[in-house]
Amino acid sequence: MNVASRIAGARVSISGLVKTYQTRDDVDVLALDNIDLTIERGSFVAVVGPSGCGKSTLLSLVAGLVEASDGRIEIDDQHIVNRPHPKIGVVFQSDLLLYWRTVLDNILLPIEIKHLDVKRHIPKAEELLRQVGLKGFGNKYPSELSGGMRQRVAICRALIQEPGLLLMDEPFGALDALTREQMIMDLQEMWTRLGNTVLFITHGIDEAVFLADRVLVMSPRPGRIALDLTIDMPRPRRWSNAHENPGYQGYVRKIREIFEAQGVLVAH
Amino acid sequence: MARSNVLKPEALKPDAREALAGRGGKTAPMAVPVRKKRKRRVLERYSAIMLAGFILLLWQILVPLSGLSEFILPTPAAIVARIVEDFPLLAMHGYVTLFEVLAGFGLGVLIGVPLALAIFYSPPFQSAVYPLLVALQTVPKVALAPLLVLYLGYGWAPKITLAFLIALFPIVIGTVVGLQSLDRNLVDLTRSMGASEWQTFRKVRLPAALPNIFGGCKVAISLSVIGAVIGEYVAAERGLGYLQLQANAQFDTTLNFASVAAISALGVTLFFILSFIESKVVFRRDTAR
Repeated sequence: MNVASRIAGARVSISGLVKTYQTRDDVDVLALDNIDLTIERGSFVAVVGPSGCGKSTLLSLVAGLVEASDGRIEIDDQHIVNRPHPKIGVVFQSDLLLYWRTVLDNILLPIEIKHLDVKRHIPKAEELLRQVGLKGFGNKYPSELSGGMRQRVAICRALIQEPGLLLMDEPFGALDALTREQMIMDLQEMWTRLGNTVLFITHGIDEAVFLADRVLVMSPRPGRIALDLTIDMPRPRRWSNAHENPGYQGYVRKIREIFEAQGVLVAH
Repeated sequence: MARSNVLKPEALKPDAREALAGRGGKTAPMAVPVRKKRKRRVLERYSAIMLAGFILLLWQILVPLSGLSEFILPTPAAIVARIVEDFPLLAMHGYVTLFEVLAGFGLGVLIGVPLALAIFYSPPFQSAVYPLLVALQTVPKVALAPLLVLYLGYGWAPKITLAFLIALFPIVIGTVVGLQSLDRNLVDLTRSMGASEWQTFRKVRLPAALPNIFGGCKVAISLSVIGAVIGEYVAAERGLGYLQLQANAQFDTTLNFASVAAISALGVTLFFILSFIESKVVFRRDTAR
């Protein structure tokens, strides 16, 4: 089985998306207000915004975990209504590995759930582990792994289904700074190789600009897309000198200015 | 056999409570040299036996010195001798109590786990049943024993019912708490993979709740023994509680103690059997460390 092969990216199209939540005391809270968005096949789109801006809600909606109040989400022309598209893979902030399963069995969980041939996918799982630098860790248990290693396993678990759309919800938010840096670089390398569509939610301006083809800046509640920024920097990008790149600095400044204008960041 | 006098079910409660909370309380100090550590581990392993032995020895020595009659306080040696001598009698009554305990506990599992599932999955059911269950728990079950005899007669039925009633609560609570303490994101994860609720239950909810379920069961089985014996105290023709009452009536304090030892042994053995099954079924978070 050829595992290193590219994955056909999915196309996402969102129109007029609205999400209101009802709080405990029956107050309607507008989390997302009229989002229109098209994500091209094979592009890497990052969404940045302050906490509570609804960016994670956006991901849950696209993942089909939450029902929209209004509007449409289509993945490869298939309308998503409270039911996940079969071609998605999700990586959450915490690794969510099942501690009673080995690393290999954790990666094979989606295969089991989809009633596919588990045995046939073992070589593929092992190849994914090799690619994230965890060769031979298949029989270990999550408790034997560091935080960064565990998140790598979580990424392998999302990738074993060859997802046309990879949804990542602050995947490096719980990692220490050095591990995070390494993971950012590794993710770029992996995505360049696979070429699938990625929707990457983060509050880190630096990682959004570094990784993405396009950065969507969201305003605080109600969440709207305040800026749609195309990042025009050649790849592969290098984390070590990205910060000295004038283009990179320009993008980061622009996003910061938006946040300052909205009072998310207050300049002193 | 005599050792079980010290290891009464009550003594095991803190451990069981910790198991109910779903935690394994193992601590290994890092900076201790290996040899010292090993020595300490040996000490730790046998410390309970050594302490028990010391107390029994003290008992054995002090009773003749104090001049107490055998009717008041027999020596451990006399009790052990009596256990050996009357083993068939103890075993016969022991089997009756064992049957009552297992039946009561088994019913507790068979009814408690589905009840917990219903409480977990149905909010209306939960708001109707959960408060009643907690209220019922405040009623001392032991106080129901005479009523149960009144309704169910002198046979094994009231004993099983009492053991069941006492076992039910910890099993239900353990299961509900285990199911509720799951990270919600895990459910999102399996749903994003297209899992049905049944798949999520089988692959994630149940295995994640197992440590708590076993914690509840371990508390329940110790309590079931108490339930069955109390039932026998009230009205019975067989069982270890009955044997003890008979011994009491005949001022046979040695047999009385032998019965206590047998009851304790029963509880401890069942507790450890359950712990053994748990160690085979449940993967503890910290065993791999």
